[in-house]
Amino acid sequence: MSAREEVLARLRTARDAGAPRTPLGDVPRDYRRRGEHDPGSEGALVQLVERVEDYRATVTRVAGPDDVATVVARLLEDASSVVVPSGMDRAWLAAAGVRVLVDGEPDVLDVAALDAVDAVVTGAAVAVAETGTLVLDAAAPDQGRRALTLVPDHHVCVVRAADVVGTVPEALARLDPVHPLTFVSGPSATSDIELDRVEGVHGPRRLDVVLVG
Amino acid sequence: MSTTDLPTPVLRGAAPAHAPAGTGHLRGTRSFPAEARDALQDTQLRRNLGKATGVIRAKRQAVVDEVPDWEELRLAGSAIKADVMARLPELLEQLEANVVARGGTVHWARDAEEANATVLRLVREAGADEVVKVKSMATQETGLNEALEAGGVAALETDLAELIVQLGHDRPSHILVPAIHRNRAEIREIFLREMPDVDPDLTDEPRRLAMAARAHLRRKFLSAKVAVSGANFAVADSGTLSVVESEGNGRMCLTLPETLITVMGVEKVVPTWFDLEVFLQLLPRSSTGERMNPYTSTWTGVTPGDGPQAFHLVLMDNGRSGVLADPDGRAALHCIRCSACLNVCPVYERAGGHAYGSVYPGPIGAVLSPLLTGISGEDDPNASLPYASSLCGACFDACPVRIDIPNLLVQQRAASVESHRRPTGQDVAMRAARVAMTSPGRFTAAEKAMSLGRVLGGRSGRITALPWPASRWTASRDVPAPPKETAREWFARTRPGQER
Ligand code: SF4
Repeated sequence: MSAREEVLARLRTARDAGAPRTPLGDVPRDYRRRGEHDPGSEGALVQLVERVEDYRATVTRVAGPDDVATVVARLLEDASSVVVPSGMDRAWLAAAGVRVLVDGEPDVLDVAALDAVDAVVTGAAVAVAETGTLVLDAAAPDQGRRALTLVPDHHVCVVRAADVVGTVPEALARLDPVHPLTFVSGPSATSDIELDRVEGVHGPRRLDVVLVG
Repeated sequence: MSTTDLPTPVLRGAAPAHAPAGTGHLRGTRSFPAEARDALQDTQLRRNLGKATGVIRAKRQAVVDEVPDWEELRLAGSAIKADVMARLPELLEQLEANVVARGGTVHWARDAEEANATVLRLVREAGADEVVKVKSMATQETGLNEALEAGGVAALETDLAELIVQLGHDRPSHILVPAIHRNRAEIREIFLREMPDVDPDLTDEPRRLAMAARAHLRRKFLSAKVAVSGANFAVADSGTLSVVESEGNGRMCLTLPETLITVMGVEKVVPTWFDLEVFLQLLPRSSTGERMNPYTSTWTGVTPGDGPQAFHLVLMDNGRSGVLADPDGRAALHCIRCSACLNVCPVYERAGGHAYGSVYPGPIGAVLSPLLTGISGEDDPNASLPYASSLCGACFDACPVRIDIPNLLVQQRAASVESHRRPTGQDVAMRAARVAMTSPGRFTAAEKAMSLGRVLGGRSGRITALPWPASRWTASRDVPAPPKETAREWFARTRPGQER
């Protein structure tokens, strides 16, 4: 018997031998699917800001797309180079005095090139107010493949108000499971040495969020 | 039901099986009381553990309290897991089909040895003699690092705590914070001794130590060809795998190498994408006491142009079919390895993780390890594990998927007793107690058993001789007789506002 057949046969025997004494009912899903604040509402935005800042990331709110470039330029003051995914709105970088590399145009950057870049700017697919989480979808043109937001040490993430939802269930409902997804809640962190929190071990050590609208 | 009650299978090859002895780390060499006696002498260890468990308990309680539907989430989590157990073979076939449809390859492993051999073969086929690893309980369980080393492949742990453990030639002592038994000065010593290119002026400041680890691993991440990971969840209806982490080392391993090999116990499958909405809420709050962990990655098969272009999933039994065959014991497979039960356990807090012998310590380890391995007789170190508990119930209250660990502990005590070759009077009493204690109304029954303990304790209020194998535990210290009020009542009365 192959390992596959044998493991499956064992599990079938075991499942039937150990069948529950009372039949299983439906899974009770009485938990909250929606948060107290509507997606994109002021309440959701205020909560997102508070929760993201709690992870020692910064959040800057701007009124509209025109103001993004000013804030991004300020956040990139210390950087001399920045990488962006090819589908990102280039207007966001209009005021930044840095060398801009575009992944995929004309070439896909190798890891060594990414490692030499100071910062990365991307959009986000959805943000969860209650947990302060940003979700990056690698299939979205303004978010880019996963390595882009991983190797550079500083990540600037632009989030649209309409993409801010209250809860994790609301976020998952908007996502496609077969796309590679990265849920980001603050910068990389470890508490492995005497439980002292240290930001930044392997991922970006600095996360700045620009919230638009 | 104990392991001896398994039905005799018609097809021998298809019989649910325990994890075979000899490979991996599900069993120590000495009994819990013997290990715990040594651990109790170690004041540094006790201080570290006391601080760590206290801090995590408080953080966990704070973030759990802010979730208004925590109990509803726990009920959903528990029911999803029960459903998974009832449909495990079908869900695994569905998972396999979806992973394959998205360009992945699925392998099956009967036990730890087969899982290790599969990984070694895949690493060789990828032309690598070195792998980077994401912290994973499954590969600790199988002893993968040793098996790879024996096959000429170096395995590099990339989680900071696992790296400290690996460089210290040591064993993990906690599921979540495996190096919690080490303080900063010890970690500095280990780094200075074991990291070839470390700055000799390294101080013991945690930030400096973490940055030394970053520098040490960076080159490896950027050049590694093969990574090995575990999985927190695998979604059957989409083929999506998920790893939950903090440091970014997981993302490095899951994203940069050409080949990714993921080893998971068969019980980690969940039916649908929407089940993750339950577990992604329960796990981080229970585990690190955060609203959400810094990074969660999900991937499905292979995505052209993004991440590893070869993906292998190893689905491992290694005793899980044996646990599944036990109608009550199968609940131990619901465990999502959050470690909340460790942090609330008064026995774990004093004895520490090494005393449990297995890679699974604490209350869940005390039931899961003997369930996975079976209990081979009175000299089996795992026979002593179910006694490593005061049955206070704190582990059940903390468990995000509502595993009734006290009930399972009582059942495993009975299994331990049944493994005796010659039953004693105490064994007969224990079997009788098992009947009483596995009936509905656990706490009522447990309290009755406790009153019995008070009688045994006599006037002094101390029991100086407990039945085997707890007798080895009482040999070194008196066990206070169960009090008139239960431990839960006592905690509630004396520590108002604190977590039990
Ligand atoms: S038994 Fe429950 S509390 Fe303990 S580690 Fe598993 S899921 Fe967490």
